[in-house]
Amino acid sequence: MPDERLSVENLHLWRGDSHVLRGVHFTLERGACLEVRGSNGAGKTSLLRTLCGLMYPEEGRILWNGVDVRRDLAAFHSQLAYLGHEPPLKADLSARENLHYWIGVRRPLASAELDSALARVGAGSWSRRLVRTLSAGQRRRVALAALALLTVPLWILDEPTTNLDTEGQQLVGELLSQQLARGGIVVAAVHQGLPSAVREIRRLELAA
Amino acid sequence: MRPGSPASVLPSPGVAAVSAPDMRTASALTAARLALARDLQLAFRRPSQLVQPLAFFAIVTLLFPLAISPELSRLKFVAPGVLWAAALLASLLALEFLFRDDASDGTLEQYALSGQSLTGLMFAKTVAHWLLTGLPLALTAPLAAVSLGAPATAMPGVLLAVAVGTVPLSLIGSIGAALTLGMKRSGALLSLLTLPLSLPVLIFGARATQLAIGGASILAPVELLGALAVLAVTLAPLAAAAAVRISLE
Repeated sequence: MPDERLSVENLHLWRGDSHVLRGVHFTLERGACLEVRGSNGAGKTSLLRTLCGLMYPEEGRILWNGVDVRRDLAAFHSQLAYLGHEPPLKADLSARENLHYWIGVRRPLASAELDSALARVGAGSWSRRLVRTLSAGQRRRVALAALALLTVPLWILDEPTTNLDTEGQQLVGELLSQQLARGGIVVAAVHQGLPSAVREIRRLELAA
Repeated sequence: MRPGSPASVLPSPGVAAVSAPDMRTASALTAARLALARDLQLAFRRPSQLVQPLAFFAIVTLLFPLAISPELSRLKFVAPGVLWAAALLASLLALEFLFRDDASDGTLEQYALSGQSLTGLMFAKTVAHWLLTGLPLALTAPLAAVSLGAPATAMPGVLLAVAVGTVPLSLIGSIGAALTLGMKRSGALLSLLTLPLSLPVLIFGARATQLAIGGASILAPVELLGALAVLAVTLAPLAAAAAVRISLE
């Protein structure tokens, strides 16, 4: 992996009348993890969606390896994985089918690779059940399997540990540690703090 | 299998540094094919949504003989108009669901962030929509035409006209569906946006059907429908993708 760097310069974002992001700036080098904290409505999700390029900031720039991401959004997107609040799963497809389509649109995916990612998150026994019959925690685990398959340099995660039991939270910690050890970059919005397996976390506190 | 076992996808932390991550991306064609296959599979898991537009089309065309007169010679005159107005409304009926579920469960967001061309993925979704509504309508329309007094010789012409004409209908509809994504109840606005743009299709489609019933050549109006289809194929996915991006902000 070449030297990846995510820089955010003087980011300002308005949502209607509220000034959500007021001059956010940071730089993350390879292997860095940024934990974004803040009370409800402080703009954690807005910051993550702006980083992804889904939302347009009123002011400021986001640079990936020194290049403004707006210049080639598709190229930037192929380098990042974003997990939102809700796992983007279809209720009428099984966990396995969901991943087959979701990841397959992004990169070639072998069937064995898919199965072992599902087994890794503990979904081996229920990966062929329809997602509508799965619990919120199980759905989150399917999303983690997707993350394990997306070995891209930048992960942007919104509350990755929601709905997970202790074992599931450990799994998040493991996945994040591996991503950082690979030289990847992680930006995660959290409430309770990231699992302790992740060392050397930088923190960004958003004021409401 | 536990994390870290030899068969797991990611190497355990200790060996992470030596293994190069898989950075290949899927080709645009593969991505579009998967998006299409996914929509088809989903539709067959919920057949009610599939049958609804067809049932609507069949009922509307069968209501006219009851309302006007069962005399086939008189029905024959209104048949083209009835067929196309019903096809237009039936195609509209299914449009509301084109992007709705994908928007609410975050699939559109993942498509927009996939690094693939969103235009291509929108086109694939619209093709799926046509296969699920336009094609079944085209297969039903000849039967409806015969029940309205058209001769059996008109059936191939009717099938061709509806098959070609529903292509621009699906594509124009995809723009409307994408533009109204941000709204809770979009049905009325969707028809206001889509129907005026669909009028050329209605006009040429009805003309082709009229000629087919009369036993004349339908080449000219079908060629015009084909031209509309080509225009829609080149422009509509671009517009739909732009509208979807706006809705995600």
